Amino acid sequence: MSVRGAGMEHNLFRYIWRNSWRDQSVILAIVAVSYIFYFISLDLPKQIVNKAIQGEAFAAGNTTAKFLDLSIGPIESIGLPELTLLPGFDLDRISYLVALCFSFLFFVILNGWVKQIVNTEKGRLGERMLRRLRYELYDRVLRFPLSHFRKVKQAEIATMIKDEVEPLGGFIGDAYVTPAFLGGQALTALVFIMLQSVWLGLISVVVLAVQLVVIPILRRRILELGRQRQLTARQLAGRIAENVDGAVEIHANDTSNYERADIVNRLEKIFLIRFELYQRKYFVKYINNMLSQVTPFLFYLIGGYLALTGRFDVGSLVAVIAAYSNLPSPIKELIDWQQQSQDVQIKYEQVIEQFTPDGMMPPELQQPTDQVPAAPAGGFSAQSVAYYDEGGARLLDNAALEVGGRDHLAIVGFNGSGKEVLGLILARLTWPTTGTLRWGNADMATLPEGAIGRHISYVADETYLFPLSILDNVVYGLKHRPIAPAHYEGRALMHYQRRITEARRTANPTLDIYAQWIDFGAAGVDDLAGLKRRIIDLLPAVELDDDVYQFGLRGRIDPDEQPDVAARFLEARAAIHRRLEEPGMSHLVEHFDPNRYNRNMTVAENLLFGTPRGPVFDLAALRDNKVLANVIDAVGLKPALMAMGAKIGETMVELFADLPPGHPFFEQFSFVSADDLPLVQQLLNRVQRSGLENAAPADQQRLVAITFPYIESRHRLGLIDAELEARLLAGRRSFAETLPDEYQDYIEFFDPDRYNAAATVQDNMLFGRLVYGQAQAAQRIHRLLLDVVTEIGLKSEVLAVGLEHGVGTGGRRLTQAQRQKVALVRALVRRPRILILNNALAPLESAAQTRLVKALRQEMKDRCLILIADNAALCSIMDRVAVMRDGRVIEQGPLDRLARPGTALSDLGIGLQMAAS
Amino acid sequence: MSIIDDVEALKRMELFAKVEPAKLKLMAFAAERTQFRKGEEMVHQGDPADAAYIILEGRADVLVETPTGNLKVAEVGRDAFVGEIGILCDVPRTATVVATEDLTTLKITKDLFFRMVTDFPTISIEVMRVLAQRLEHANELLAATRH
Repeated sequence: MSVRGAGMEHNLFRYIWRNSWRDQSVILAIVAVSYIFYFISLDLPKQIVNKAIQGEAFAAGNTTAKFLDLSIGPIESIGLPELTLLPGFDLDRISYLVALCFSFLFFVILNGWVKQIVNTEKGRLGERMLRRLRYELYDRVLRFPLSHFRKVKQAEIATMIKDEVEPLGGFIGDAYVTPAFLGGQALTALVFIMLQSVWLGLISVVVLAVQLVVIPILRRRILELGRQRQLTARQLAGRIAENVDGAVEIHANDTSNYERADIVNRLEKIFLIRFELYQRKYFVKYINNMLSQVTPFLFYLIGGYLALTGRFDVGSLVAVIAAYSNLPSPIKELIDWQQQSQDVQIKYEQVIEQFTPDGMMPPELQQPTDQVPAAPAGGFSAQSVAYYDEGGARLLDNAALEVGGRDHLAIVGFNGSGKEVLGLILARLTWPTTGTLRWGNADMATLPEGAIGRHISYVADETYLFPLSILDNVVYGLKHRPIAPAHYEGRALMHYQRRITEARRTANPTLDIYAQWIDFGAAGVDDLAGLKRRIIDLLPAVELDDDVYQFGLRGRIDPDEQPDVAARFLEARAAIHRRLEEPGMSHLVEHFDPNRYNRNMTVAENLLFGTPRGPVFDLAALRDNKVLANVIDAVGLKPALMAMGAKIGETMVELFADLPPGHPFFEQFSFVSADDLPLVQQLLNRVQRSGLENAAPADQQRLVAITFPYIESRHRLGLIDAELEARLLAGRRSFAETLPDEYQDYIEFFDPDRYNAAATVQDNMLFGRLVYGQAQAAQRIHRLLLDVVTEIGLKSEVLAVGLEHGVGTGGRRLTQAQRQKVALVRALVRRPRILILNNALAPLESAAQTRLVKALRQEMKDRCLILIADNAALCSIMDRVAVMRDGRVIEQGPLDRLARPGTALSDLGIGLQMAAS
Repeated sequence: MSIIDDVEALKRMELFAKVEPAKLKLMAFAAERTQFRKGEEMVHQGDPADAAYIILEGRADVLVETPTGNLKVAEVGRDAFVGEIGILCDVPRTATVVATEDLTTLKITKDLFFRMVTDFPTISIEVMRVLAQRLEHANELLAATRH
């Protein structure tokens, strides 16, 4: 077994140092330089007070003093004479003060600037390390043994990579720099104090020592709590994800309150942990602050005494206190840093622990290769293969199997025979515990994933589809490596190069997501169009063509992107219209005729005469739509529509008043909901009192809006006569002509000569509405569409649109059978040498299973097909059969040899069936 | 043709004759006008019964399948109620009905029918009364054939 415990560095500091020592060293060097500025900025206040303000520099009666006289030595021990670097300037007292103050300002600014550089560098370093760590963790997820995924919860893994390592990023920049920077700062301040007064220095040292010893002791419990907080939060995320996945079970078993109790319990635990953490944190803070404040108290007392007794000058005392005021914050931060370092070390260990399962795939097996790894010649040969699961249960026991490179083999077995595990092992999704599996001359354990993933296709009984289109999910099986690099120019090239450099720096692979990944060659085609044709050709084999055709009819295309296809659908529109003119058909569809009122559309649709895009012209929002209201007013439609609205309102009140709220009729037939019915009643009363013309503007709007969903041929209230039709048509024209520019994007008008990008393919071809109340109309029109589409050779275009159908999260917009079929297309499209179906057809009904196996055998002609099936009857249409029981292959051979009485196969009921048939 | 004509048609039905007009209007509103072309089947023998039809215009033949082919057993026209037994008794269609002219019907789905019956007890009483009359009529016929 070629597996690796593949450890990650368990010590965070070693991990950081090993991966960032260069960057860390640069920052440390900058920090070292910054001490000089820092020291000077500490020393200057003393000089300002003593030399300038108190006048020491002018003590001997000098009216000027030297400023900026830099000299070294003399150092007599090595015979170095005094070297004058700068002779300095002579300045009077005020100028001297000003010069010193500006020097102070200069160094303060310089100090801040260096600090900012250090922070920026730290930030970048931290982010790089975070990126590296996240990538490394994710890379490990991709190499987890599959069995590990049964133990981990996806939400927890995601939380760990996303949230739990986040504070590490912030810390990593500080890991070495902060102790160096703050420690150095504190030390500088301390040395400075020492130089002024040894006693005051010693006081600071003692108090600091107490802080450095006591605080970490107090913080031990805090660290433990931090660990617990992390664990409980992670588990909470896991539980919530479980609840989401198990939503059906929760409802079906009425366990929502049990789940509530569980979450409440967890939240309480988290609360207690967090609160204790909070309390302790603030307690420690309090102690810390108190200790820090003791020192200045001693300074004032002792330093003051020394100054008063003349043993210490006031300037030095001011400088000491200034220096000390700079001391607590580095010390406090240092103590914080120490706590944080312990905290993140624990976090790091906890995360790493989860990402080092046994049996990880060695990284070299997933190395992207430039060439397609060749498939070994021949078939499988398994020798004494055994497999034990995590619990130690023996699922395979000395299984031996021979499969030829062109065999079509069915593996069937009794319950618990271990055939599913054998399927996993054949696809190298699981490694056998002992024994070897060879493919031709190669040992399966050492074959790169590239060879297996390209030449073996594997489909299990449940397929996960990514939330993309069907096409993308099929093409997914062809994206093994970048085939051709993306082309970059100018700025884009610069960005790309920066991306690559940065990726290298963080040990991320330089794989470019924008490269061309689809391996058309593997599918035997030249380009995407060819690939689509190949996929469309495969659809009938897995009986997915009808479904995809339906998706295609409901799909949309962008005519700007595909003008040819749009033109062909327009061709279909014309052909369908010709067919609909034939006797016996004309009554089924009412066309979108710009010059005629369509009695099978709503009033609103007749006015808009187009497909809304977005919510602006959505029926629900039309009542308050100013543009439409203006048009209705302008063409004088308003009084008629108000009267019509009043009539509909009266009818609704009359018909529905007796029905209890919530009655299904409201939803099925009514224009108004049960809740709104009293409002309509009130509206009608108000309008009756005031008269239509004098009704409040809002009421007038409401009345008009009642008419919007009215369809004359469906609701049959006889409200729309020829005259009103003509007026509505005038409204339609006016709406189209006066539509303000900013609204043009919200609606696409029906135009007999243009493809409507907002409407579905079916609506574009039909370009009309089904007439209400025509028996079998929907079925007949569907058939007509199919006939026309087939006749003019448009079916593959519709199917191509259908391939763009989004499958939804986890493929949930497809049925399980459809998902399996998509998986089969994905497995077939790359023309595998070996196709392994691990109960893949189980979600299909039995007759369909048989049909599909026959079709798949045709597709896999002269190549190897391994069909593992619970439905043992399927082996009667395969060439060879292996029968498994209790983890062993107890029989294998050609079907005709095994399908006779007395064999294990006959015990499964197959031989007898065969004999009977 | 508006909903008012449909209400009139419903009123002419024995089952609904005594139901208040407001209820019938609701029923007419909820029912669906359905057109059949000459030669189209309204119902097919053996299919599950999902709706009954009131013929508003046109004529249709009632056919029963026999080993020798379809046998025409009746002809129905305006105001005939087709398929009501199926939805009342929940049995498959007992005959096939084919339009002999273009037909306009009012389609009353099983769902709609039972909604009306449950919501408006007057309708259910009417249904009971009519069914009881039919039963009595059938009994009389039976007695007449025995003698």
